Amino acid sequence: MDLLKLQESFDAKIEKGDCIEPKDWMPDDYRKTLIRQISQHAHSEIVGMLPEGNWITRAPSLRRKMVLLAKVQDEGGHGLYLYSAAETMGISRDEMIEQLHSGKAKYSSIFNYPTLTWADIGAIGWLVDGAAIMNQVMLQRTSYGPYARAMVRICKEESFHQRQGYEIMSVLAAGTHEQKAMAQDALNRWWWPSLMMFGPPDADSPHTAQSVRWKIKRETNDELRNKFVDRTVPQAEFIGLKVPDKDLKWNEAKQGYDWGKINWDEFYNVIKGNGPCNKERLEARRKAHENGAWVREAAAAYAAKQQQKAAA
Amino acid sequence: MSNNQGILWEVFVQTKPGLPHKHCGSVHAPDKEMAIQNARDVYTRRSEGTSIWVVPAEAITASSPEDMGAFFEPANDKVYRHPTFYHVPEGVKYL
Repeated sequence: MDLLKLQESFDAKIEKGDCIEPKDWMPDDYRKTLIRQISQHAHSEIVGMLPEGNWITRAPSLRRKMVLLAKVQDEGGHGLYLYSAAETMGISRDEMIEQLHSGKAKYSSIFNYPTLTWADIGAIGWLVDGAAIMNQVMLQRTSYGPYARAMVRICKEESFHQRQGYEIMSVLAAGTHEQKAMAQDALNRWWWPSLMMFGPPDADSPHTAQSVRWKIKRETNDELRNKFVDRTVPQAEFIGLKVPDKDLKWNEAKQGYDWGKINWDEFYNVIKGNGPCNKERLEARRKAHENGAWVREAAAAYAAKQQQKAAA
Repeated sequence: MSNNQGILWEVFVQTKPGLPHKHCGSVHAPDKEMAIQNARDVYTRRSEGTSIWVVPAEAITASSPEDMGAFFEPANDKVYRHPTFYHVPEGVKYL
């Protein structure tokens, strides 16, 4: 088939709402866009284990510790589903890890903020996972089959993540003055970076329009961000916490909130590598990979030996 | 430094006894024992499985999507393979 025909049949599938599968022909840019997006998504899950891992040994009770361990383990699993989805597009696991470690590939900039208190673990589950879920629910209907299927699994598992975070926040908010202040402080620090997670405003987002045409994205950054604000503000009010935005106001006419301005300079600065923890996060990943080298070597040597034995 | 992620294995999970194994993703592992263990850790953390198969990805042969039309065409004009093709007298039972 010639290129034009292949392009036409691809466009028709997208138009009809059919999934694109690994062996289907696809335009180079569609492939490139998805490799970038899925691998960044995978990296975010993996790097996202670090800020929370920071509190596993200091969780305030055995229950909280079990839950946090399970949550962090889930994030690792989600990273692996996504790496495996990205590999179906023809990039190798090694290449992706190399791109993360060299700083070439990005991951969600939210994970470059530190987790200073226990309340931050609550805020991450509630806000960061909450924002991620909003995005991931949309991606369950993304046009690339393996990515959509990974998202279905992830969404199923994420729902406990957000609830456990909100539970931590609501318990703290109903506690002593100091506990409530700690919860409020965490909300103050995580609110704006959580809103930045949806990416630049539609007007400045270079990839959004094409991604929507390809049905990779079904909703734009701003649409998802507004939905998140509308859902989350009442949750904060319910437990007596205040969203740190002096311009926040209910707008009866649009049945949604009007709210303040995001500091996009901060966002771009963190993406460029100047956030509070960028260096620390990458170093932790590199070190984990290097320290695991002997295990991979030993496992490979063992596998080779077994194979020899079987052949003999 | 060795990257050495092992080979790629496709993972099939049976969710209940009696049901077919269904593809759910892939894992990397140097050998089949580790592939099974990795698949358990990655794909059945919430007791989703009663059995797992792992298959080296390169051992799988798949039909090609470009030829889909011609490849499956022979079945298209054989409606007599479906029970609804046949006329039976009204009122007759257990057919």
